[in-house]
Amino acid sequence: MRKILVTLLFLLFGTSAFADCNIKSGSINILANDFPALRTFVETSKQCKGSADFKVTHSSEHNKIAVPALTANPSEFSARIAANSSIVPLMNQDLIRPLDDLVKKYGKGIQDSQLITIDGKVMAVAFMANTQHLYYREDVLKDMGIAVPKTYEEVVAASEKIRASGKMQYPYAAAYKAGWNLAEEFVNMFIGHGGEFFKSGSAEPNINNAKGVATLNMLKKLSELSNPDYLTHDSEAIKVEWESGNVALMTLWASRSGTLLDDEGDPNITKATKLTGPATVGGGNIPAATLWWDGFTLAKNRPDADAEATFRALAHAASNKKMVADAADQAVWLVEGFVPGPKSIGVIEAVKMGAKPYPMLPQMGLMHGALGSEIVEFLQGKESAEQALKDVEAAYISKAKEQGFL
Amino acid sequence: MPNKTFFWFFLPTGLAMILFIGLPIISTGIQSFYAQHDQVVKEVKKCDPFGCTVSIVVDNEETSKIREAKPLGKFNGFGTYTDRNHLAVDEIKKFWNETESFGAFVDQVTNLPFYKALIFTLTYCLFVTPNVLLLGFIIALSLNAVARKIRGPLIFGTILPMIVTPLVGSLVLFWMIDSQGIIGANIQNLMNDPYLSLKSSKTLTWITIIIYGIWHHSPFAFVVFYAALQTVPQEPIEAAIIDGASRFQRIKHIVLPHIYPVVTFVALISLMDNFRVFEPIIGFSAEGSAQSLSWLIYDNLVNEEVILFGSAAATSMMTIIGIAILLAPVLIRTWKEFKTAR
Repeated sequence: MRKILVTLLFLLFGTSAFADCNIKSGSINILANDFPALRTFVETSKQCKGSADFKVTHSSEHNKIAVPALTANPSEFSARIAANSSIVPLMNQDLIRPLDDLVKKYGKGIQDSQLITIDGKVMAVAFMANTQHLYYREDVLKDMGIAVPKTYEEVVAASEKIRASGKMQYPYAAAYKAGWNLAEEFVNMFIGHGGEFFKSGSAEPNINNAKGVATLNMLKKLSELSNPDYLTHDSEAIKVEWESGNVALMTLWASRSGTLLDDEGDPNITKATKLTGPATVGGGNIPAATLWWDGFTLAKNRPDADAEATFRALAHAASNKKMVADAADQAVWLVEGFVPGPKSIGVIEAVKMGAKPYPMLPQMGLMHGALGSEIVEFLQGKESAEQALKDVEAAYISKAKEQGFL
Repeated sequence: MPNKTFFWFFLPTGLAMILFIGLPIISTGIQSFYAQHDQVVKEVKKCDPFGCTVSIVVDNEETSKIREAKPLGKFNGFGTYTDRNHLAVDEIKKFWNETESFGAFVDQVTNLPFYKALIFTLTYCLFVTPNVLLLGFIIALSLNAVARKIRGPLIFGTILPMIVTPLVGSLVLFWMIDSQGIIGANIQNLMNDPYLSLKSSKTLTWITIIIYGIWHHSPFAFVVFYAALQTVPQEPIEAAIIDGASRFQRIKHIVLPHIYPVVTFVALISLMDNFRVFEPIIGFSAEGSAQSLSWLIYDNLVNEEVILFGSAAATSMMTIIGIAILLAPVLIRTWKEFKTAR
């Protein structure tokens, strides 16, 4: 716990060793998600490319491309910017290479805390942290005399009060789009209730219980306070809702705060937009949120020369003090020299409150997928919570059997 | 055409079809009988910026040994076909024994993913296909009757829905029916219900997708019917006019029988197209309320972080069988007519 805080807050000390940038050969091809911080990161690594060939693909569909592209031999990409969840399928299929030697040779500026080690081997180098937390409209809450909510129960009460006043019809927003987003909200809320997704030491599901029911009921309460189209709203859509001034309380990714607080849009709304930590739920003391890291991994099916060139370029960015100083607004960087600004409050609060990381288990993707489609009918009021959870477990079990996990 | 000439004429197409359609289907069929090997997992220590935990990972060394021995996976027979996410044989037996009324049984069955998708797919086919035929025919007749001068621009305007990329077309409508869009907001005002949303109600979503389907597919029927109308001989129509037949009677007794083979053709193609409905579900972000068989395949292949090849292959095979069953009546009829004609 202390180690984490130290990592996040006091990255100022230490020697300033920049990655060596004299790459002579090899070719670099990076696959990454598409948001500002990652673009900055990749741009920074490009400065160091030397005479190596440099290509990058930024795509929000990165998850769909990654496994097939890295399975090919030689692989299409030499590096993949992954996160807690997306590194798992790469690990399951044995598509990424250990980085120990490269870290030893070229990773001078990279801090130990940035290394993702699995079974003693470095499999990824993290450079930023992310989570979902609360955003609120200071002006609206002040007018109504509402304190900044700390729990989801308070979020519900505050939203009901705002709706009753007639000020806003749908005062709450979160990315509830059926599929990955909705499942992610369930994961957050379930962890907030202290739930464990699997029976300990096995891949047997463990969500059809009182915690699961409480999770679904809270999601339903919140959905009733949201725009009725909530099942089609992803992070981008609720950002637009917020910027149109329709929403006073919102759960959104920390990495989106940059575009939310930029100069575009109504300056009054931007000025009144404040960030706070994630809320807790059901009297629990850990937040109903998951911690995420973004880091780079190197493809296994690529010549060593390419891996070396790619590592050197990316390590240059992952230890770049100038980048984290210039782009301090874009993300909570895990890189040495980062000074957290006002836009980092969400992640730092989450860490302080003891938020758990997203479960990095081989079968978690199947559970996430089953959640995304099977809890919709409960939110639409067509099914009981117990039935929905039973469906999730049944759908998960069939898929896990096919994949050989059960 | 002598059989030999036909054979050489057809050979290149036939080869391409075997190579690009036949073989992939066979490969998909084989894949559907296999599941992944049992995963070998081991407990390891994982460290990330947020701390260290003991957790499990797939043991790649062991797994790659098993994979090399049997690259296709574990033979599963019809296991994937009969599991809960497909035909759900065991579940249906259980529901039949446990539920008290037939209604409750149907409720339980339609809650299973495959049957849920099948019902949407069939409903879509059932509503879209006849309406496309009817609308296409009416448009073709009307356009055939207007002055030649304005026909060109009118035809262009009519086939526009088909030219527009399906995804773009559905997105345009998607934004219009948003609760703040022009259609959505007006419906809320009309019904005086601020919580009414076309996107959150299952029934309304289905209706929207079906209307979109009719809008998108009608031009195809129209183009074919319009071409067929040009071949209707004028003499019998003139004779009918002299005999005092009304416009409706002329269409019923002369035009329709003449273009009947074309109607069968359009019906076949539309049925096949509609059974594979997919784009509007993505365009309308309607995954929550409407799932089709094609969407299930897509979901198995891309929505999970773990790709389910066996599931996707099984659903693909069942989609092919489904299309064959749907088309069977029309095909049998065409075959009989073909034989009597000879």
